[in-house]
Amino acid sequence: MAIVKPKVDAVIVGMGWTGAIMAKELTDAGLRVVALERGPDRDTQPDFAYPRVVDELEGSIHRKFLQSLSKETITARHTMKDNAVPYRQMGSFKPGTGVGGAGTHWSGCHFRALREDFNLRSNLKQRYGAKFIPEGMTIADFPVSYEDLEPHFDHFEYVCGTSGQAGVLKGVKIPGGNPFEGSRSREFPLPPNRNYLGAELFYKAAREMGYSAYPIPASNASAPYVNPYGCQMGPCNFCGFCSDYGCLNYSKASPNVSILPVLRLRKEFELRAHAQVLRVNLDTARARATGVTYLDATGRETEQPADLVVLCAFSLFNVHLMLLSGIGKPYDPVADLGTVGRNYSYQNLNRVTLFFDDTVQANGFIGIGGGGATFDDLNGNQLDSVKAGFVGGGVIWARQPGSGPIRGISTAPGVPNWGSAWKQGVKDAFRHSFYYEVQGACMSYRSNYLDLDPTYRDAFGRPLLRLTFDWNDNEIRASQFLVGKALAMCKVLNPKALSGDAKKTGEHYNITRYQSTHTCGGAIMGTDPKTSALNRYLQSWDVPNVFAPGANAFPQNNGYNPTGMVGALTYWAAKAIREQYIKSPGALVHT
Amino acid sequence: MDDDKAPSPSRRQLFKSLTFVPIAAFGMSGCAKESDKPAAEAGAGAAPGEYKAAFFNAAEWAFILAACDRLIPADNIGPSASQAGVPEFIDRHMQTPYASGDIWYMQGPFVEAAPQFGYQGRLGVKDILRVGIKGIDAHCQKHFSGKTFAQLEHADQETLLKAAEAGKIELENISAREFFSQLLNETRMGYFCDPKHGGNKNMSAWKMIGYPGMRADYTNWVEVRDQPYPLPPVDLAGKRG
Repeated sequence: MAIVKPKVDAVIVGMGWTGAIMAKELTDAGLRVVALERGPDRDTQPDFAYPRVVDELEGSIHRKFLQSLSKETITARHTMKDNAVPYRQMGSFKPGTGVGGAGTHWSGCHFRALREDFNLRSNLKQRYGAKFIPEGMTIADFPVSYEDLEPHFDHFEYVCGTSGQAGVLKGVKIPGGNPFEGSRSREFPLPPNRNYLGAELFYKAAREMGYSAYPIPASNASAPYVNPYGCQMGPCNFCGFCSDYGCLNYSKASPNVSILPVLRLRKEFELRAHAQVLRVNLDTARARATGVTYLDATGRETEQPADLVVLCAFSLFNVHLMLLSGIGKPYDPVADLGTVGRNYSYQNLNRVTLFFDDTVQANGFIGIGGGGATFDDLNGNQLDSVKAGFVGGGVIWARQPGSGPIRGISTAPGVPNWGSAWKQGVKDAFRHSFYYEVQGACMSYRSNYLDLDPTYRDAFGRPLLRLTFDWNDNEIRASQFLVGKALAMCKVLNPKALSGDAKKTGEHYNITRYQSTHTCGGAIMGTDPKTSALNRYLQSWDVPNVFAPGANAFPQNNGYNPTGMVGALTYWAAKAIREQYIKSPGALVHT
Repeated sequence: MDDDKAPSPSRRQLFKSLTFVPIAAFGMSGCAKESDKPAAEAGAGAAPGEYKAAFFNAAEWAFILAACDRLIPADNIGPSASQAGVPEFIDRHMQTPYASGDIWYMQGPFVEAAPQFGYQGRLGVKDILRVGIKGIDAHCQKHFSGKTFAQLEHADQETLLKAAEAGKIELENISAREFFSQLLNETRMGYFCDPKHGGNKNMSAWKMIGYPGMRADYTNWVEVRDQPYPLPPVDLAGKRG
């Protein structure tokens, strides 16, 4: 017999960025909120305290801050004809766990989407004609505009102490920023961070190539800062332990640093760690959620009744919970019917590495996750898709989150993997090389989707989520085009050696190689309940007292890191709940 | 590991202790018994030769000692794997939950899949190494008149490791490529890890590549272009290289 807890106004599943934002906004509105986090509670002290936190073996090999795949994972295959096999060892993407979620071990790149990213499909149709969009590519417009989200982008940047340089401020172009960005209502809360060598040289090379480089908006504080909630941040000291690690210095924005200090003091808020949500409970008509069932820290099945259920798990696991709970209709790619699982997309990440002689002090161990430089000259409407031969652009950037030798040392082409020549190769490269990356958009396709695996189960006996995904020609062409541009740009800097990893024609998705944790889609927002799981307020079309903020809502992924967009969408959804839903619970969009 | 239970000293305390107690001085004045050893050894525990394997048996240990030094040999570039304590690291690492597959999905069915989906077998790292070592030694005994890997000439050992890396030899119960890849990973980890894990003795591998270790504060060096980073490494225990 399950333990039944007293009913609350809202239950939040997951305490990463979206969970923390929702908890803050809903308790602001006077709701009593319980948050259930599958992992442990975490805070800067003691979990991210120096020196323990900077142990590379624990952080990047034992993956202390990431989800253990022994409990929950996915299965993967390239096409719907294949048998999927489990994602047994962490590789291609790295979901977090514990309070703060992936928001503790992210890097800090904090972009807004471009204006044209919001209406991708209609924009491409208008520019190139409907026939230009290949058969099977299921890209769609976001059901919100840049203008809808601008106040929320802005607010989230101020919560995070984002350091950057506006390129368009109240419609006026500002030198040094991104000239192609949507207009901002005010400057970044903090000025850009200082440049390490690779970023400084990036500006030089970009200038020679005619690109408009600008500082990557970084939620790594460039100066002391107090956010609108009164939470304090200290300036980033370039420690080199960003990606994979919690910040030891209160410099990288995270739910733990930027929101939880306020939430933890609230009487209306209760956080339960080690609370593994198993499913959302629905009424018999499957039209209303009655709460969730979870395993508490001792392993007892526990029911938490609630009027409102907010799914704030990592994007993949939001979709998983919807499929397990019967929220919405699972996607059937053969019939092209159903909504939950459709439009999975990813990120098209590629790297070029530049090697110099020992007079060049690149110092890759100096690191700042979100800092560096990038440009948008090949992204959004700047890309001529006819000439380039693909849709969806991307950015080229200089980033140096910090590399220690256990995280791997790139060696120049021709250096073997072991032996004395390898020793010489790592010695030559470690302090004298840096890399640039191409972060390309990833379109969505009928052939790339999520559903439940028929064979494999998680530690709690539930079917695993199954990912069916492979690279399409469009993304392979994008990779080749953008890496080609990046290599051309690198030559300006005269490196001793240069390597690039553009995807080869016909290359298949390799889940063993870390690329990006930007897994998107699967429960997308849209205007049509037949082709989207969520409406424009991230509310389930089918079960209106369930909201599911996260990158799962993206109809496809653009060339940017998703966190800025995820935060803005969550504030946008929270506003709709506060101003509309609480007064009149029910569907916020009628079709 | 015992170290894991010790409370993390705060940053401030650590820096304090750094300014007060140079480790070499500690080794010479504080401990009479340690003082007749080289300072380097006193600072970093037992020398590699003295470490007694607790996970590997004698045959496996002989393989690890030989194979690690082919992967990272002695030369004038930097320490060899065994000089840096890599075998000790691997033996200790095999006794952690990680090596038993603690963070891996370990449920069946176990089926063959394309290499893009990763290792699909049912062994954790510790058993991948064990089964692989047994397989390599069996292969050697068959082809080199009863000799084990450790008893072969260095050149033959290198040829075999290359073949394993390329998946060109068949081992019983394990893909040679998978075994090699885990062996190389473990060897590199032991070479470059913090000394508290048993490898990278005296931070010697960090010194070779110029890694400042766990300093984790480069506020004043981000924009310096014209000179190499000046400080030697520091480790998690606060020892300076």
